[in-house]
Amino acid sequence: MTAFILRRSTQSIIVLFIMSLLVFSGVNLVGDPVEMLINPEADQAEVERVIKELGLDKPITEQYWYFLMNAFKGDLGTSFIFGEPALKLIVQRMPATIELALFSLFISLIFAIPLGIYAGLKPESKISKTIMAGSILGFSMPTFWVGIIFIMFFAVYLGWLPSTGRGEIGSFLGVKSSLFTLDGLSHIFLPALNLALFKLSSVIRLTRAGTREIIHQDYIKFARAKGVAESRVINVHLLKNILIPIVTIIGLEFGSLIAFSTVTETVFAWPGMGKLIIDSIYNLDRPVIVAYLMIIVIFFVFLNLLVDILYTLLDPRVRIQGSN
Amino acid sequence: MNILNRILIIMIGCVLSSMAVAKDLTVGLKSEPSSIDPHYHNLGPNNSLSAHIFDTLVGSDENQQHYPNLAVTWKPINDTTWEFKLRKGVKWHDGSDFTADDVVFTSKRAANVPKSPSGFGTYLKGKTFVKIDSHTIHIKTEKPYPLMPNDLSTVKIISKKYGEGASTSDYNSGKAAIGTGPYKFVEWVPGDKIVLKANPNYHGALKGKPAFNKVLFKPIKTGPARIAALLAGDVDLIDSVPPLDVARLKKNASLTLTSGPSNRVIYIHLDQFRENSPYIKAIGGGEIKNPLMDVRIRKAISLAINRDAMVAKVMEGIALKAGQLLPAGFHGVSPNMKPDPYDTKAAKKLMADAGYGNGFEMTIHGPNDRYINDAKIVEALAQMLSRIGIKTKVETMPKSVYFKRASAGGPNKSPEFSFMLLGWGAGSGEASSPLRALLHTYDKSIGMGRANRGRHSDPAVDKIIQQALSTVNADARGKLLAEATEIAVGKNYGVIPIHYQMNTWAAKSSLSYQPRTDEYTLVMGISNN
Repeated sequence: MTAFILRRSTQSIIVLFIMSLLVFSGVNLVGDPVEMLINPEADQAEVERVIKELGLDKPITEQYWYFLMNAFKGDLGTSFIFGEPALKLIVQRMPATIELALFSLFISLIFAIPLGIYAGLKPESKISKTIMAGSILGFSMPTFWVGIIFIMFFAVYLGWLPSTGRGEIGSFLGVKSSLFTLDGLSHIFLPALNLALFKLSSVIRLTRAGTREIIHQDYIKFARAKGVAESRVINVHLLKNILIPIVTIIGLEFGSLIAFSTVTETVFAWPGMGKLIIDSIYNLDRPVIVAYLMIIVIFFVFLNLLVDILYTLLDPRVRIQGSN
Repeated sequence: MNILNRILIIMIGCVLSSMAVAKDLTVGLKSEPSSIDPHYHNLGPNNSLSAHIFDTLVGSDENQQHYPNLAVTWKPINDTTWEFKLRKGVKWHDGSDFTADDVVFTSKRAANVPKSPSGFGTYLKGKTFVKIDSHTIHIKTEKPYPLMPNDLSTVKIISKKYGEGASTSDYNSGKAAIGTGPYKFVEWVPGDKIVLKANPNYHGALKGKPAFNKVLFKPIKTGPARIAALLAGDVDLIDSVPPLDVARLKKNASLTLTSGPSNRVIYIHLDQFRENSPYIKAIGGGEIKNPLMDVRIRKAISLAINRDAMVAKVMEGIALKAGQLLPAGFHGVSPNMKPDPYDTKAAKKLMADAGYGNGFEMTIHGPNDRYINDAKIVEALAQMLSRIGIKTKVETMPKSVYFKRASAGGPNKSPEFSFMLLGWGAGSGEASSPLRALLHTYDKSIGMGRANRGRHSDPAVDKIIQQALSTVNADARGKLLAEATEIAVGKNYGVIPIHYQMNTWAAKSSLSYQPRTDEYTLVMGISNN
């Protein structure tokens, strides 16, 4: 196991390095940040001061070298727009995004797995067909549009839930999150549901497919023949076996929930990392874009590792290479 | 008993004073400021927010007319010195006194904020601030400098006590964000909210005492979400209502919409410095001499633009036809200039006279996320031009790519495009701002023509602009600026104005917003219906 983790870490560092090279050269090809940032009325002298201030007067190779040197010290550059360390900006907004992702994952799992199993067990029933048709809608409707419809219906028409922003922040066991207040929960519900919709649909389909396959396996038949209660057959024999593909998908999707929840965050003005990255791209805040993508790479590498380890716990047949 | 009485009186006093300003307000903003530091980033959203917390010496009202703010009077006392008398009895938010020392300190800091992506150096260079007494300042320049009040209407005065050694982070955290303005800074959660509270000791130069007890600004970037937040009652006021929604929202009795012209003109810059322009070809694709060098072609293009249709159809009626660089009412605007009529016959004749009777091919460029409906305007222009025989192709792109190419995408960092859509907001609120930036000959050494992306050049215009910039008498200067505009725009067609952008604010029906030409959203501009 240790050897496996070590090897993965070395690989990650190489990935990180290649990624930094690609991203850094990529963002530096596009546009001119000074044109974006400066007041149009500023004169040429002011423009030159800003170019120098941002370090853009130096050749790109030198800029990259500085970036690498600083990155080793844990400094991923300073935002052109905010004048604060890019890492600080990202970390500041991380809790909002993580709580949104967790809550939407929670919504999608508590609905998707029971619904998927039901649709798998009784594929011919009307309810199952409705579930499956609904799931097609779920991942074919654009997030942006659904978000606006949610706001119009739940916030404007019914007036049940707030339309925008993050609610009050509470504290529980030293962790600060808007999940711990009623106001916070009312704010998070719509964006989380919006974000969950796509995932909900794909997990339903995945669960159904797994159920259909496993329900005909010999060990299920044997368990039933042995007289094991149906609830135990489903909750233990079936559930444990369909979880493997679901865990893979959830692992990867959780990463993408966090990294690319930009659309939902923009529609609901959710103060998370997704909104930060999209604003940074619009305004050519290069250091933030680079730092963000670096963090996301690390994040994905870590998630994949976690998924691999979870496998071994769920399925004893899977052995991580190098663990013996 | 005596003590109890006093406590009772204080308590009643508190209740009464809180009743006077008991209301809270939530505002949904399209763009979030990047800092609370008033000198860090000289850009609309930042300047708008900091105007609540800090004051300038010279105030700038909703039409960008000056009013006494921290300075009560200002006048030139000789060719190179301006005297500013400061308001007495003004207190900082912490209770200390505002004096000339704060002004002198501000003049040193404002242009030198570390990491600032757009500072105030342009407005402060060449000026020496001298304290005469605790409430008098002399500002000396090398040459006569008439735009002193305009320049000083942009720079927020900060407290010396809190500003010394303070970084931008100290302002963002609130430690140094001590101003003299109508609202005090409470908290900024980036991406989420900015919280202000009333300053009961405000000197009242702008609309008297603050009308709201607590003000919450929420950044909501997308238009539909901003409108939904207003309809749901989560915010009380929003800015930048998209033109497409204005007609529908006006019918809603629970809202008040107000629109007003801005200081921003939407115009076309045309390549006037290359014999062969990269995006212009003869019909069929051969090389031709750049037709835009010929003033007759530029005039023909202006006549081919149906500005009425542009305003009515593309802008949904939320714009004003433009014939010069600023709408009527601003200083330096010519009373004689009207928007060109729509006259394709005359335009075709001009094309033929210039030797381009068969037309030519041209690719026209514009941004698609910078000005209101920018991409649609470019598409409409293309259709209008094809009616006089100019075969056009349209290319629009995000501003992050567009402006670099428009300014310096060509060889030797020259402007790349042949024909491009742009906008100019006159931050100074008078005509010298667009004239010196867009129509004066491009000259790095004197800081002129920085945004002259067509490289229009007429020595006669340059001379008048420079003369205006050293004429202290306001009326004489206004006449010179109008004259420069008449030649550069009216005669030379150095740029072709299309329309003045209008901005729309929407509030719940009990409130209404006084539109501002500088596009700022100021809580002080909200009144009760």
